[in-house]
Amino acid sequence: MSGVSLKSIHKSYGTVKVIEDLNLEIHDGEFLVLVGPSGCGKSTLLRMIAGLEEITDGTISIGDRVVNDVPASQRQLSMVFQSYALYPHMSVRKNLAFGLQNLKMPRDEIERRVAEAAQILQIGELMERKPRQLSGGQKQRVAIGRAIVREPQLFLFDEPLSNLDAELRVQMRVELASLYNRLGTTMIYVTHDQVEAMTMATRIVVMRLGVIEQVGTPYELYSKPQNLFVAGFIGSPKINMIKADVVHSDKGVELSLPDFGKFTQPGMQTSDGKMTVCVRPETFKVGDTGAIKASGTVKLVEYLGSEIFVHVALKSGQSVLVHASGNQHFHVGDDITISVDPDEAHYFDAAGLRVERTEVGVAA
Amino acid sequence: MKKFLQKNAPGYVFLAPWLVGFFFLAAGPILASLVLSFTKYDMISPPQFVGLDQYIFMFERDRRFYKALQVTFSFVFLSVPARLIVALAIAMILDKGIRAIGIYRALYYLPSILGSSIAVAILWRQVFAGEGVLNTILAQVGIDGPNWLANPSVSLYTLVTLAMWQFGAPMLIFLAGLRSIPQDLYEAAEIDAASKVRQFFAITLPLLAPVIFFNLVLQMIDAFKTFNSVFIISNGLGSPADSLLFYTLYLFNEAFKFFRMGYASALAWVLLLIIAAFTFIAFMTSRYWVHYENERD
Ligand SMILES: Nc1ncnc2c1ncn2[C@@H]1O[C@H](COP(=O)(O)OP(=O)(O)OP(=O)(O)O)[C@@H](O)[C@H]1O
Ligand SMILES: [Mg+2]
Repeated sequence: MSGVSLKSIHKSYGTVKVIEDLNLEIHDGEFLVLVGPSGCGKSTLLRMIAGLEEITDGTISIGDRVVNDVPASQRQLSMVFQSYALYPHMSVRKNLAFGLQNLKMPRDEIERRVAEAAQILQIGELMERKPRQLSGGQKQRVAIGRAIVREPQLFLFDEPLSNLDAELRVQMRVELASLYNRLGTTMIYVTHDQVEAMTMATRIVVMRLGVIEQVGTPYELYSKPQNLFVAGFIGSPKINMIKADVVHSDKGVELSLPDFGKFTQPGMQTSDGKMTVCVRPETFKVGDTGAIKASGTVKLVEYLGSEIFVHVALKSGQSVLVHASGNQHFHVGDDITISVDPDEAHYFDAAGLRVERTEVGVAA
Repeated sequence: MKKFLQKNAPGYVFLAPWLVGFFFLAAGPILASLVLSFTKYDMISPPQFVGLDQYIFMFERDRRFYKALQVTFSFVFLSVPARLIVALAIAMILDKGIRAIGIYRALYYLPSILGSSIAVAILWRQVFAGEGVLNTILAQVGIDGPNWLANPSVSLYTLVTLAMWQFGAPMLIFLAGLRSIPQDLYEAAEIDAASKVRQFFAITLPLLAPVIFFNLVLQMIDAFKTFNSVFIISNGLGSPADSLLFYTLYLFNEAFKFFRMGYASALAWVLLLIIAAFTFIAFMTSRYWVHYENERD
């Protein structure tokens, strides 16, 4: 087991810069998830850690060892590929044993590890099959098995579940989480499924265009997104973003929102005339119990049993998404009033950075 | 029947040009040669039926037939593996090259790789003749080279070298095969601590097995049928000392020099059976070493 340290990592393909000055400390035993939109450089970063991709500049260390020039095979890590990358002509048993044989491990040790992995992943009956005779979920298990027999210091996963159907994905997610609890090995996991990220990660790294936008626990990212991008990226369904004018900013800001009107947030500072107020669907209340309110009509109702998502068209024409519990009733076309407490919303300045409310009474 | 047609009609449509050619141009002569192989026929007087006499003579009395078999088998067993190894090696270099240099340059060199066999054979004769290019060069460094084509103990190997050099067609097929192996298998192997050599034997070769098999069968048939190059290089005689008496050359001379059409036909049919037998053996053994990706079992 060991941590990974990335220091001012740069990566370009020719003139195209894919990763720019990236710094990240991955702690020993952590389950770190990399998320971000397609093309933001998640796979590239993972493959650089794996040693499959050269770094253009910077330093990568695994444990205490700088591995810039260490080949993939000697970095003591395992990787699970999105495509599984199982050797198609080898049986499951041989797929699992291949890496150990290359390390010239004694035969009984290989057999012990393969048997143990087979038992953990419950693929004992599949051992003599070829990959083409396996279902997607079984292939995924074998791919994970191939990773764990190496007993590596570090596991790398590149969207390992994205080829599975929804149900299997949930199941494998649980299994991966319990595998992590059992092994406690450092894991770096790339996904663009934020449910995977939120449920499995000890920390999440949100990337965009080769740059880290925020690093934090799932709770931190959800409750204190540092910028508009993270606010919009984390949380499903997506957070509501309402453009606001800053009317007055002396001892705090006085905001003017379409539909919701004006209100004051004391202890907040911004020099710009514009802000974005973000409200999660579940932060909205149906009815007028919140401090600021707006009315509109129900446009669409998504009933999910235990919960309901109500799409509301407000007077000004903007539409917001409101979460309600499943025992309430909504009909398309109904008039509806929604409200929110300003302190439960997130505020971002014109540059998209989070604006915090400094504690009242504490000198800024 | 209707279902069969519906399912397979497109295949037959694509086969049609070949089928037309086969039935209208080739099938007749093929059948005729089978009939002629049971006759004596000098192309002037009408064929005389002699039963199995031609075949009996061939197997019991014709020492040149055995010599031709020996030369041809030696050639096939040496040249086919040699050509396939060269083809695979070049394909692997080009595969890397295409990734690095771009497909354009590879395509640019292909015509020179493909080369027509007659032109190449004539060139080869210039290079390997007693006073040819090769010996001239060797003389510069004080080596007195043999006459590569006229010396019976080396002439066959010279031809094998020539065959090796004609790697174009199998090379292209290997190249396509190499490109169809997913790159991430090599990445997985890299992480699995497999050396490049190990990757070649544990991944490239087994995954290429269907292509190797295909090339093997094709090249084997091709090698059994070698004619043009040996005809030109040995001046159509199989000389020196019958060391280049390829089966096809022997057959050709029997037919068109000595006008023993009946005997030549019998020789042709024996060659056909030999090729068929080898192909059959290749197919029989293939299931032990050829792994097909989409095979159902
Ligand atoms: N070999 C390459 N040559 C040139 N550009 C590349 C190469 N590999 C990746 N890129 C570029 O680098 C950027 C990052 O790619 P990367 O595969 O890391 O994205 P990703 O975050 O994993 O995306 P996804 O979620 O779609 O897998 C992309 O813009 C991609 O086009
Ligand atoms: Mg990716």
